[in-house]
Amino acid sequence: MDDDPILFQYLLRLGDSPLILAQQLGAWVGKGPALEEDIALTNVGLDLLGQARLWLTCAGEVEARLGGAGRSEDELAFTRDGGEFRNLLLVEQPNGSYADTMARQFLFDTWHLLALRALLPSRDARVAAIADKAAREVAYHVERSGDWVVRLGDGTPESHARMQAAIDGLWMYTGEMFVPDAVELALIDAGVAADVRALEAPWRRHVDAVLAEATLSVPQNGWMQGGGGRGGKQGVHTEHLGHLLAEMQFLQRAYPDAQW
Amino acid sequence: MYAQMVETGVDAVRTAADMGGDERAFQARIDADIRIEPKDWMPEAYRKTLIRQMSQHAHSEIVGMLPEGNWITRAPTLKRKAILMAKVQDEGGHGLYLYSAAETLGVSRDAMTADLLSGKAKYSSIFNYPTLTWADIGAIGWLVDGAAIMNQIPLCRCSFGPYARAMVRICKEESFHQRQGYDIMLSLARGTPGQKAMAQDALDRWWWPSLMMFGPSDAESVHSAQSAAWKIKLLSNDELRQRYVDQTVPQADHLGITMPDPDLAWNADRGHYDFGAIDWAEFHAVVRGNGPCNRDRLATRVKAWEDGGWVRDAAMAHADRRAARAAAAAA
Ligand SMILES: [Fe+2]
Ligand SMILES: [Fe+2]
Repeated sequence: MDDDPILFQYLLRLGDSPLILAQQLGAWVGKGPALEEDIALTNVGLDLLGQARLWLTCAGEVEARLGGAGRSEDELAFTRDGGEFRNLLLVEQPNGSYADTMARQFLFDTWHLLALRALLPSRDARVAAIADKAAREVAYHVERSGDWVVRLGDGTPESHARMQAAIDGLWMYTGEMFVPDAVELALIDAGVAADVRALEAPWRRHVDAVLAEATLSVPQNGWMQGGGGRGGKQGVHTEHLGHLLAEMQFLQRAYPDAQW
Repeated sequence: MYAQMVETGVDAVRTAADMGGDERAFQARIDADIRIEPKDWMPEAYRKTLIRQMSQHAHSEIVGMLPEGNWITRAPTLKRKAILMAKVQDEGGHGLYLYSAAETLGVSRDAMTADLLSGKAKYSSIFNYPTLTWADIGAIGWLVDGAAIMNQIPLCRCSFGPYARAMVRICKEESFHQRQGYDIMLSLARGTPGQKAMAQDALDRWWWPSLMMFGPSDAESVHSAQSAAWKIKLLSNDELRQRYVDQTVPQADHLGITMPDPDLAWNADRGHYDFGAIDWAEFHAVVRGNGPCNRDRLATRVKAWEDGGWVRDAAMAHADRRAARAAAAAA
């Protein structure tokens, strides 16, 4: 696969979702419901941050070979504005309670693992190699977040209600994960990108099974945000992303000439 | 330091004449540098003092996650963010080892946590100062972890086995933290004028509180002698503080930033740096709860604990239900 602007866009999509989710998990450090949880959740955040760095570095290299700016991981993370971010809407939703955080994690992890595995046969060797490393880590994330959905769903009446509300609230952000746009379709044809259309059925099977074990119901409202090519992957975000970036990018913005 | 003013519950150092046979045998083992293990006989005052010291130390690790955690979401590069997250996570791990080691003395982690949250148990005064800029993250790694290592290396040889072993493991990680903090300071000191000013400002604010980490001067440390006899305090507060100053001043020189102490000077006769008078009124105010962040730190811990209550209850309820189902299936 040759480097092209479409590949650059696709790599941002792969990197931005773990980056934004890692940023969110970073805000939990020191504030988890138990010490062991604090440590385990930070591990997940560190994995995602590491993956984001690999994808963004790769994107910057592709950009350089295209004759573009060849931005570093930090330039990409800290100097793009919200509309240039390509993460899924799901991961930018607020941390909320532990139920909200774990529901978000579970819905994302389940998709993430399927997407990474679908990238293993990618004709772009760099993409396949990063996906391989990331998939090993994410296999553990899926187990952990699914476990929490079950514990909280099948826990106390309070935790059950909280987890059901969390799943219900986040459900409408899961649709865009399975809808490819022109960028993805071109790369799917070229054998580089994961065909996300094929991920919906296995995603639903796993999610349905975990929700059933958790005594939770699958949300009835099937309306999905971000349809029609106007979602996170295209840079059309919810209000939450701007605040997250304002915090994350503060130092690079305030001291634009500094090295850290 | 991480355990700054630990009461021993005894007014004067116990002498052989004060001791019964068990206690004489116990002290003889300590004098012979034989480790005390949880199942061994020990005087009640030794057990209680160790619980106080180790739980204070554990609480310091946990509360210590907060000032640095304050900058995780604002770390200036992805690499620095990853290093900081891992560092704060390490501190949580240190808290865990130390709580586990203290539990071998017959106190539960929940009971120790309750004492922290009620304000009954102390933690190091240093964590009641605010992290106002990114340079504070460098200063904490360099100075606070540096002071922690100074205190904890001798504790690797302390008389209580589980504490000594926890210290060995923890010290390895603390020395990484110190290098990482110094590396942040180095990049600031070699950076733009604004960054260098940020580094100097952080040193100005953290230097004196870091000296206070070692606790009151030896003349005022009423409980130190018994702790020394028990070998759970191997060097005095002033000795440790002097070592720390001697180690740290050249590091500041290398950074090209200045210690906020006009009396600081090399004393060739002593072979040590002389330094100015510590403001003990400030130290005691912070220990009594009047530091800039005491209220915020405790409130954050209390909120985390209370917000997590329904999560912990749910996990327990689920585990019970699962166990009941497994038992029913086996029957
Ligand atoms: Fe530590
Ligand atoms: Fe440390």
